[in-house]
Amino acid sequence: MTEKIRKSAKILVFSTEKISDPAIDMAGLLKLHYPPTVYTITVPCSSGIKSRWILHAYEKGFDGVFIAADGTDCVFGESCTEKTGQLVGRTHVLMKEKSLDPARLKMAAICSVCSESFVKQIKGFNEYLLKTTNP
Amino acid sequence: MKKKIGVYICHCGGNISDYVDVEKVKKSIEDEGGVYLAKTTMFACSDSNQKDMVDDIKGNELNGIVVASCSPKLHLTTFRNVSERADLNKYNYVHANIREQDSWAHSDDKNGATEKAILLVKAAIAKARLAEPLIPNKIQAQKAVAVIGGGIAGMKAAIALSDKDCPVYLIEKAPFVGGRVAQWGNMFTSNQTGEELITKLYHELIKRKNITLFTGAEVTHNAGSIGDFRLKVSVQPRYFTGTCEEKQLQQAIDACPVEVLDEFNFNLTKRKAIYRNAASEYPQTATIDMENCTRCGKCEAICDKIDLSQKEEILDLHVGSVLMATGFDPYTPAEGEYGYNEVDNVLTLPQFVRMLELSDKKLIRNGKEIKNIAYIYCVGSRQEEDGNTYCSRYCCTSAIHTSVEVKKKFPGVYNYHFNRGIRTYGKQELLYAESLQLGDIYLQGDEESLPEVSGESGKTMVKVKDILSAGRLIEVEADLVVLVTGMVPRADNSVGSMFKLPKGRDKFFNEIHMKLRPVETFIDGVTIAGACQGPKNIMESVNSALAAATKSYSYVSKGELETEPIVAEVDAELCSWCDACTAACPFDAISMTNESSKAIALINNSVCKGCGMCLPVCPTDALNLIAYSNNEIESMIDALAAG
Ligand SMILES: Cc1cc2nc3c(=O)[nH]c(=O)nc-3n(C[C@H](O)[C@H](O)[C@H](O)COP(=O)(O)OP(=O)(O)OC[C@H]3O[C@@H](n4cnc5c(N)ncnc54)[C@H](O)[C@@H]3O)c2cc1C
Repeated sequence: MTEKIRKSAKILVFSTEKISDPAIDMAGLLKLHYPPTVYTITVPCSSGIKSRWILHAYEKGFDGVFIAADGTDCVFGESCTEKTGQLVGRTHVLMKEKSLDPARLKMAAICSVCSESFVKQIKGFNEYLLKTTNP
Repeated sequence: MKKKIGVYICHCGGNISDYVDVEKVKKSIEDEGGVYLAKTTMFACSDSNQKDMVDDIKGNELNGIVVASCSPKLHLTTFRNVSERADLNKYNYVHANIREQDSWAHSDDKNGATEKAILLVKAAIAKARLAEPLIPNKIQAQKAVAVIGGGIAGMKAAIALSDKDCPVYLIEKAPFVGGRVAQWGNMFTSNQTGEELITKLYHELIKRKNITLFTGAEVTHNAGSIGDFRLKVSVQPRYFTGTCEEKQLQQAIDACPVEVLDEFNFNLTKRKAIYRNAASEYPQTATIDMENCTRCGKCEAICDKIDLSQKEEILDLHVGSVLMATGFDPYTPAEGEYGYNEVDNVLTLPQFVRMLELSDKKLIRNGKEIKNIAYIYCVGSRQEEDGNTYCSRYCCTSAIHTSVEVKKKFPGVYNYHFNRGIRTYGKQELLYAESLQLGDIYLQGDEESLPEVSGESGKTMVKVKDILSAGRLIEVEADLVVLVTGMVPRADNSVGSMFKLPKGRDKFFNEIHMKLRPVETFIDGVTIAGACQGPKNIMESVNSALAAATKSYSYVSKGELETEPIVAEVDAELCSWCDACTAACPFDAISMTNESSKAIALINNSVCKGCGMCLPVCPTDALNLIAYSNNEIESMIDALAAG
């Protein structure tokens, strides 16, 4: 019997309408490939993501969650970077409580044209998840 | 109410269906809860499909629709309009992006792309099942537009807005209007001079009572958003209370002891601290460059209209839309790039255009009459990865036009064009033909064999392996080398950051979509025009200025605007008023109220911008964002996880 080899991890991406989602769109336009098991849910701002949504994703079987954050480009204000960082911090604590590897939640600021950076981050994350999560 | 959802899966020609098996997607989702009908369509956005959708919605009393097609950035409004035409609340339509985020991104894996499309559509259906009809917020829109940048694009946009009876504030940073165009002499393709063109527009501007022009002015602060931008504008004084008599002004200029490089002539000449660029330049009053003025008072003693005590003014402007037209900078070659700043007779095209304007009987550089001119094309454009990879569009035509002008003014000159393929599109091709007829020589290199410039023993040589003559090495002794430099974004584009304007990969300001939404930006209410968006000639700059003026006008024309009803809401039962949300809200939209003698948070809907920053800080999870509720997000996660 041949063992099925997993090529890609299942990743949920939270993107933001005005900043990181256009970059993810552009990655497609430029035919920059990344695993097809990466799914995006778009929200207005990365600092409005709830920890419970992230934990829900792990519960339902996602290997990783990637927050494509607005960074300093956020249209809602400068405090976004800090607040997104804080929500990631709080979620990491909750993940540890549930014995989940905090590295399964990753955040990076993705500007509106940072398609290459998005794809690079996702590929790296995918590799990490393939190595560390169960098939 | 039980949902009856219609699902439309688009082929997008073959853009989607070449990689995603759309029929399989349809089959996989048609039994999902709530789905009443599922269809594939060649082009979801086509008129015929839109009509079918309206008929479907009305005929079957659908109360939800899902469209799986390209990015919602392109057609969200199209399908919202379809819903409205079918009397379905537009917030009951949900979009799944199966092109940019699926078929194109995974064109290397058709199975993977199809499986992903199925889950994306299922997630959209899950959201549509929970979507509620919503009523957009109505806000007041201040009927006025701020146009930032008084170059040709900004001036034309201001005039167009004024013609629609819309008050305009035209804010120009420099002491004079006209931008770059004011610097050029005869211009392609009409052979009008820049000065003539700008003079004409200036007269149009000042005729109109509803345009307020500020020169020496910059936006220093922006608050608010679409319909309600509050700007602070700093206006530098000219240090003149009126216009000096011509003779007196010249005496005052002569008396000024300060000499600095003249940026209007790209540092080829010097000017005084009190100056004007051309006698006819607008506004026709000279100005004083306070960064270099020593306040010695000599000019003040000559003309009583000069007043060195004038102070900066700060103005508050209230506008409904902002139109950005801040233009470009010419590329500055690196030290030594094709001999720039190392070989004495190497200039850039903008410098040469000014030199031509300033030269009268003979064309002379360093005391020597110029006979042979070598033009090196694509300097600062079409560079390798990590450089400016784009084509600057204006420059082939501009270089050829300049070379024709030189030949007309100084018939003994020989022009050698070291190009990388000539791109004189449209009518500009006629200029190329004219230059060939005048006997100009064209030599062509490519990225592997770029021209080389060397300056030894008083001679400047330019050589290239000419691909038009089978790669022969051809060398020209040049009296002048003109580097045909491209356009780059303004070195100081901080005003863009102030409005959070996204930049493209070329670092110019970015439109939402090149073809479908070419002057809108992701920042609602802010449009872009002219060369701040990317290299453009005048015709292209003016085209975009007129489009941007119309778009900006559409935001403010009715005095009222619809905005998304996406605001935070409080679950009164769960809220125990701890104040964490107030601290997290950047817009002061949350306060405390008492409901049944219990203190809870209250959202001010007209101030809440729907960012959701308050949601994750709430310890009792009492806050939700409309259309992004826990139920909606978690049901989408469930659908995506199910695969
Ligand atoms: C050498 C050369 C020759 C050319 N010849 C031709 C020709 O013959 N025919 C042709 O069709 N095109 C020609 N062009 C192209 C033409 O110059 C551009 O199309 C045109 O200048 C673009 O106009 P604009 O208003 O977008 O930008 P600009 O001309 O750059 O004007 C922008 C204005 O915005 C102002 N500004 C910048 N930042 C701010 C700020 N923060 N606040 C307020 N104001 C600000 C600037 O001071 C400036 O006045 C030539 C270009 C070059 C380089």
